[in-house]
Amino acid sequence: MKKRSIVLLTLILALSTILAACGDKKEAGSTEGTATTKLAADQTFHINLASEPPTLDPAQSQDNVSSSIIRTLFEGLTNKDKDGNITPGVAEKWEPSADGKEYTFTLRSDAKWSNGDPVTAKDFEYAWKRVLDPKTQPAPPYAYQLYYIKNAQAYNEGKAKVEDVGVKAVDDKTLKVSLENATPYWLGLTSFTTYYPVNEKVVANAKWATSPDSLVGNGPFKLSTWTTGQTLEVSKNDKYWDNKNITLTKITASIVDSAATEVSSYKSGQLDLAGQPIGEIPTDQIASLKSEIPNELTIKGIASTYYYLFNVTEKPFNNLKIRQAFTKAINRQALIDNVTLGNQIPAFGLVPPGIKGIKDEFRKENPDSAYGKEDANEAKALLAEGLKEEGLDKLPKITLIYNTNDNHKKAALAIGDMWKQTLGAEVTVQNQEWGVFLQNRRNLNYQVARAGFGADYNDPMTFIDLFTSTSGNNDTGFKNAEYDKLVKEAYSNSDNNVRNEAMKKAEDLLIKQNQVILPIYYYTNIQLVKPYVKDVVIDYGGQLDVTHVKLLEH
Amino acid sequence: MALHNELIPQADAAQLSPEDFRKIGANEKQSEVIQRESLSAWRDSWERLLQNKLAVTAMIVMLIIIIMSIIGPMISNFDYQTNDLMNTNKAPNSVHWFGTDDLGRDMFVRTWMGARISLTVGLAAALIDLMIGVIYGGIMGYFGGRVDEIMNKFAEILYSVPYLLVTILLLVVFEPSMGTIILALTITGWINMSWIVRGEIIQLKNREYVLASRSMGAGSGRLLFRHLLPNAMGPIIVTLTLSVPNAIFSEAFLSYLGLGVQEPIASLGSMINASMSAWNLYPWRMLFPAILISLTMLAFNIFGDGLRDALDPKLKK
Amino acid sequence: MLMVRYVASKFFYMLVSLFILISATFFLMKAIPGNPFMSEKAVPPQIRERLMEQYGLNKPVIEQYGQYLKNIAQGNFGISMKMQNKEVTELITDTFGASLKLGLIAIVVSVIVGVLLGLVAALYHRKLIDNIAMVLAVLGIAVPSFVIAAMLQFVFAQKAGWFHVSGFSGPLDYVLPVVALSAQPIAFIARLTRSSMLEVLHADYIKTARAKGLNWFTILFRHVVRNGILPVVTYLGPMTANIITGSVVIEQIFGIGGLGKVFVTSISNRDYTLIMGVTIFYGIILMLARFLTDIAYVFVDPRIKLNNGKEG
Repeated sequence: MKKRSIVLLTLILALSTILAACGDKKEAGSTEGTATTKLAADQTFHINLASEPPTLDPAQSQDNVSSSIIRTLFEGLTNKDKDGNITPGVAEKWEPSADGKEYTFTLRSDAKWSNGDPVTAKDFEYAWKRVLDPKTQPAPPYAYQLYYIKNAQAYNEGKAKVEDVGVKAVDDKTLKVSLENATPYWLGLTSFTTYYPVNEKVVANAKWATSPDSLVGNGPFKLSTWTTGQTLEVSKNDKYWDNKNITLTKITASIVDSAATEVSSYKSGQLDLAGQPIGEIPTDQIASLKSEIPNELTIKGIASTYYYLFNVTEKPFNNLKIRQAFTKAINRQALIDNVTLGNQIPAFGLVPPGIKGIKDEFRKENPDSAYGKEDANEAKALLAEGLKEEGLDKLPKITLIYNTNDNHKKAALAIGDMWKQTLGAEVTVQNQEWGVFLQNRRNLNYQVARAGFGADYNDPMTFIDLFTSTSGNNDTGFKNAEYDKLVKEAYSNSDNNVRNEAMKKAEDLLIKQNQVILPIYYYTNIQLVKPYVKDVVIDYGGQLDVTHVKLLEH
Repeated sequence: MALHNELIPQADAAQLSPEDFRKIGANEKQSEVIQRESLSAWRDSWERLLQNKLAVTAMIVMLIIIIMSIIGPMISNFDYQTNDLMNTNKAPNSVHWFGTDDLGRDMFVRTWMGARISLTVGLAAALIDLMIGVIYGGIMGYFGGRVDEIMNKFAEILYSVPYLLVTILLLVVFEPSMGTIILALTITGWINMSWIVRGEIIQLKNREYVLASRSMGAGSGRLLFRHLLPNAMGPIIVTLTLSVPNAIFSEAFLSYLGLGVQEPIASLGSMINASMSAWNLYPWRMLFPAILISLTMLAFNIFGDGLRDALDPKLKK
Repeated sequence: MLMVRYVASKFFYMLVSLFILISATFFLMKAIPGNPFMSEKAVPPQIRERLMEQYGLNKPVIEQYGQYLKNIAQGNFGISMKMQNKEVTELITDTFGASLKLGLIAIVVSVIVGVLLGLVAALYHRKLIDNIAMVLAVLGIAVPSFVIAAMLQFVFAQKAGWFHVSGFSGPLDYVLPVVALSAQPIAFIARLTRSSMLEVLHADYIKTARAKGLNWFTILFRHVVRNGILPVVTYLGPMTANIITGSVVIEQIFGIGGLGKVFVTSISNRDYTLIMGVTIFYGIILMLARFLTDIAYVFVDPRIKLNNGKEG
């Protein structure tokens, strides 16, 4: 027994020396002589997914877990670098037309699928039309991300023919795209999962994206294992055109949906990375992590806003002053410091930091301090005035609804309590199941409701057009012709100065003049990353990119 | 019934006169009325129970928990739902005896409120089981024959539907609240009780004293409620006692799935669940509710066992 | 003959119950407000309608019910609503293996440890060992399994580092989940065994055997253990239920990709087809376990009267 284990040990040692030697050689080639930081011999990156990826088909993806994995398996026309700049992907270069309504992409010739096929312009045309095809099963939920393309929406709704859709493979290496409007941020969308190509040959099999044998991608990694509920593993794809810049040999993801377990696993060394957007860290633990491992806890602002909606069609929140009173009555910093705990940024506007404006971020060019500030006394005075205007002698009972979730619950309880203490409001907080909650919100069957929105693309419009009178996301009853006009103006104009001015006016109208929503905070992304892990990228919107991660010796 | 009571002679023997006497003739209904309460068997069991030290301890613990769950929230200055964001996750101290939770709510008050909720769910579910079970089982056992057969088959079919699954389904569909949870727990919970009652009644209904009473003309209702059920009380009480902790446990499990009572009220189970995310950092948030739920389970189980032993002298070796 | 009739009638009840469970599942899921394709970002109505059509949710309820029954008869529970392209059947078969392994080990461990504990307690009746065994048993019954699991994980995995916090790859990974999962069944079996052993130990035939001068170990294993563990057989059904309920929680805590975890996730995702599928699958297992228990009951204990219902 003992003898055997010694032999085994020797073997393992020998093997690992060999492996280490191999690793060293590779490093010498790929890291351009940065001798100070040695790469670890084992480039296997351990992460955790808080849920099974619902899909690995780029057309179907609509959540962070699946898009984070899909990002390793596929590559779009463009990529984004660490700082969010658009860099070439499968497309070597691209040329917009003078009016900004047409783009011509030239594809690189060495881009290959993991089965060896070349990646062609036809693959993109096919993939996009497949997303839009009304017959695709199940209907891709993010098809509307492609609606910028000419006739895309009409085709998706069955009102136009497939030939009319504005995407055309001129030849194997040239893709022409025509847009409905000159949309300045459209190019950035080509690195989004819905715009990824798929290989027509394999997609005929309805389950192609569920098994390593049938999933063919064009990204830096390929799927090697997927055991439902246990592990998902991707390993380096040798056929990827830029594989010399990929250091990881393997990414192993466990699938555990208990936040407490995830943090324990991270601490015990089972994971190299924990937390959002693919996992979760319990808010209860953040404070202790901050003091325990401050250099591993990374908190980064992302372009999402947490806010409450007022139902402006019903008493008492039909009254502007009462809405303003409720907005001014809460202490956002206290909420962040004691309840949400993630260093979130107190919000007074709708558009979060990180979203591009004209030259800098929109939020920096138009600070939300212009929309008012917290003030308990002013809140009380406003409430009194508002009640008088409405002919009420007392504030009616207020019900605040949120969808079942621990963090929403805590925030709702704390905010309800603040209203009670400052305004003497009688507040009931009520959680509802997702379906019920959304139905109530859409039917305006509520007084105050939780809401949150993350950017779909890097432009203020992704937030601003939520509140037009025709928007499917406007659950407030707010209908304002001027607002609609401003949004339309921004839509139809390609001059970024004009657009930003219109969107700024719209936000001012929505918040300062009408207080339709009660902004609470701008989200942050909370992550634990081991010190030896380099180049984990979280983009402006909180999307995770681990394709270029390097593991240092540790 | 009222009529019968009027007829009960209350006159003092010393003042008897012939007018006090009446011929009751064939009024057999009255003749079988038993004047003296049949306490002796109960007192006997009670004394046997008192000799069982473990059971007595369990009973005392049970009573303390019940009393504390009623008065516990009152003897503190805090209420169970007011947040104190400046004092979140504080360890037990002289102000907050059991510490505070993640919203700064006092754990002492919340723990006893939680015990109150858990006990209410447990007791209410057990009592509803009792009511339905006694009626259903009583009818099955008493009437027997075809009625018994059909009703028993129905019960058996319902019984083999796994009850926790049905409970979970019900709570997925209907918003979890005290009412729906109790309802969901009782939907098949009464069957066991009805079988206990049925078995007892089948056994008892052929006893001589029942036959005697019947032959003297006692009606079905009277036989059932006056003779059969009181004599079946032992097993019924034992089953009742043991079904309380079962219901409490089921509720805790449902809480773990997020299908328990909803904030701001909490049961012991949902408090434990809420504490799971960081219990290594703030152990008091889990320990107090966990200890209390364990004690409750223990006390009810041991007391139930003791009760069974006391009520059934045959089992006591 | 009586036996055949008994088994047949039990089997018939099982089928009727299964039908009730299947129907109840269907109609309860239909009663849920909203539709499964709602999300924070409004899906355009035409896309939502197309999804409804693809899942057959736009047909009359009765028609859907008929289709649903037909599919289930063919072992087809439909497609998960939250995991595109994954069939419910596939998800169940993919994950049930892990649960089955864990569950079977837990059952074996529970029976062995429980019987041994009960036996020792009975042999040393009213001695220290008996008291210790019974305290353990009582704790197993009283402490919720998720508390036990959390504590085991904290002490032995996180602090001591002897085991992985989560995962299910090596044999060591089984230890903590199995302990947490079998605590309660062990307690029940130990109590059950102890009391029936005590009964047997005091039975006349044992006294006779001893008086005859038979070897004590022979008596112990020939008679005492054999008769004493009979009641454990009857615990088979409840134990299955217990282990399944427990595994739902334990798998979640230890990150084991079993069916229990799928069930919890499906509930929190409100993935209706998956909830229905797993519920029915669990239902079948539980009913089978109960059915087998009922039959084993008769085989094992000839004193059971076949014509009486449940009270035996």
